[in-house]
Amino acid sequence: MNLTFFFQNVVNALQWGSFYALIALGYSMVYSILMLFNFAHGDIFMVGTYIGFVLTTGLVALSAAGIVVLPNWLILVLTIVLAMLFTSCLGMLVERIGYRPLRGAPRASAAITGLMIGIILQTTVLSIMGAQRVLYPSLIPTTAYTVGGVSVTNIKIMIVFVSIALMIALHQFVQHSKWGMAMRAMAYDYAVVPLMGISINAIAALTFAIGSALAAVAGIMYGMAYPILDPSMGILFGWKSFVAAILGGRGSIMGACIAGFLIGFIEIFVATIFPSTLRDLIAYSIILFILVFRPHGLFGEPYSARLRL
Amino acid sequence: MHQTTSTASHPRGSLELVRRFFANVPLLAWFCGALVAVILERAVGLSMAQSLGMPRIPVLFGFLVFLKQPALIPGALGYVLLMNILPICITAKIGAPVFNLVSRILYKMPLVVTALVHLAVLYAVFHFWADVNAYRMIMLKMMLISILLTLSLNVINGYMGEFSCSHPGFMALGAYAASLFTVGLFVNDQLFGPAMMTSDYAVVFFPLGLFFTGLVSALGALVIAIPSFKTRGDYLAIISLAFTFIIKSVLENLEFLGGPRGLSGQPDWSSLPMVFIIVVFGVWVINNFVTSTMGKALNAVRDDEIAAEAMTVDTRKTKIIAFMFAAFWAGVAGGLFAHVLRFVNPSTFGIQKLAEVLAMVYFGGLNSVYGSIVGAVSISLLGEALRPLEILKWIIIPLLLILVMIFRPRGLISFKEFNIHNLLKPRG
Repeated sequence: MNLTFFFQNVVNALQWGSFYALIALGYSMVYSILMLFNFAHGDIFMVGTYIGFVLTTGLVALSAAGIVVLPNWLILVLTIVLAMLFTSCLGMLVERIGYRPLRGAPRASAAITGLMIGIILQTTVLSIMGAQRVLYPSLIPTTAYTVGGVSVTNIKIMIVFVSIALMIALHQFVQHSKWGMAMRAMAYDYAVVPLMGISINAIAALTFAIGSALAAVAGIMYGMAYPILDPSMGILFGWKSFVAAILGGRGSIMGACIAGFLIGFIEIFVATIFPSTLRDLIAYSIILFILVFRPHGLFGEPYSARLRL
Repeated sequence: MHQTTSTASHPRGSLELVRRFFANVPLLAWFCGALVAVILERAVGLSMAQSLGMPRIPVLFGFLVFLKQPALIPGALGYVLLMNILPICITAKIGAPVFNLVSRILYKMPLVVTALVHLAVLYAVFHFWADVNAYRMIMLKMMLISILLTLSLNVINGYMGEFSCSHPGFMALGAYAASLFTVGLFVNDQLFGPAMMTSDYAVVFFPLGLFFTGLVSALGALVIAIPSFKTRGDYLAIISLAFTFIIKSVLENLEFLGGPRGLSGQPDWSSLPMVFIIVVFGVWVINNFVTSTMGKALNAVRDDEIAAEAMTVDTRKTKIIAFMFAAFWAGVAGGLFAHVLRFVNPSTFGIQKLAEVLAMVYFGGLNSVYGSIVGAVSISLLGEALRPLEILKWIIIPLLLILVMIFRPRGLISFKEFNIHNLLKPRG
């Protein structure tokens, strides 16, 4: 494997890992404050992608018909903003229906509810959009730059930069805003937070909203990079990002990002070195290996049996 | 269904009347009533269905007719009333004194005899009911297999309190091991060459093969059991999930097992008596397991691992045994499953299967043999009854499960011991 080939794959892995990292953030944030995994998150990502698809298609059609003529970059920005908005509403709805009534219940019950909401979302999209794959309209013409033999497209650059920017923004939000402080407080001690005059319900809804919005951005960028969508894409990405969130350490935002990129790297490099059918096998074996020797994930706190179960 | 009305704990109004009316009816009478109903259906079902305006006997108590052809609803309702409900209720009520007498005699005999008589009648009911057409037959077999699968998952998720996602993996191991055994040894095919043995002794070889199949799955369970010493909860869930994905991926990459295309040509050995006997045997063994000291040890590990350790429970041994035991039965269920469908491919054992089994366990109820049976039967029946709704089915079933989770977070019938004496006793 020569150096150019290596760097080419690094670029691909960065892009691929960005999706995992952005989705894993949603899992991890919900986990850190509510101590449960939102198993519907993968399907929220899928719905976000489809919302992006419908918005883009609609806006492009409006422009083409000459009703509201918008430049392509504005369509993209509008799509992202509106899709984030709608998907966060969906996330809050999921929290309200599926998780809030189950706060006091065993965590496994909440996991089942999440799985079932995921199936409902998938079926709904399937019945609205049909089973055939749809083609995401391309808004920005792809231009490839070659830097020292490594081919980089503008879309790849955009994806990696937007992801990293969002991660930094999220970090700033959690560390330096009042809402972020409330979230951290809730992660630290769930029982005391309401005594300080902070509404648990509001913070939980906010967390679901932020996670879902990030998933929507990931979905739109995924649509731009791999413009073929089908309703089962949420399963593939959802479960792998869930694995990333666990691998990073429960509730650790930085851990989720790093583990997301790590899984992206593992997958891309396994696929280039071995036959691509072995990708899942080797990727999951590595994850299993890491977890057997580091049972708390990369950045997680050691597990305590007294955690809110 | 009638069983629940007769033993429901807090019925109100008319339900209470029905319960009082049937209070003196023992289980044997219900079974015999069902037997009368299915024999009656076999004898006059078709002509009855035709005279009520239906082309053939409604396969699933008229549910499919309700959703597919609304015009036939009155006919189907009449059919269900005349062919199912009335014969069962009349036989049970009128025959109650006789059946109570028989029950009383049976009750004095050893429990094995009593249980076997009841099971024989139950088998006869199943046999005549499923004999009507192939659809009922395959549905019934799948339902029985899912009872075994659900119960074996309940051992880990309910009794031991872990969240294991590895059951599709165990099931896949079982399905492929059993298929290898039968296809490799007893069938002429292009993959493994001509048959090495004749299939005359299928009745002996199949259970034997299933036993080894179970052992293969149990060995696979070590992959989960050993990490479970150090880690619990979410991390174990992920390890077990990774296990399922790894098994699926390995099977997809093994060309001699057919790769992603799967393996077919299994002999038709999962006959109804075979499935029935193995499932009943499995339920019996699992019920004994969870009510034994071992079962109490599982509960102790679930409730407080450190305290259990202090009370001399060997938690490591308990975990290993529980995982291997559950995997054994999941493997057996997988083997039966492969021989009912007579085709397996890796994608059968993915997330979808996982969601299905988890739904059955949590719908029915944790830590309960009753619950698992109720969960497996009701989710299977619902899945079949709502089939005409096609895709909407996948909205209705999850919604139902969400409602159950919200109102009964531990499932419908949780933490209830399977009391066989109470079930079989004469009532009056």
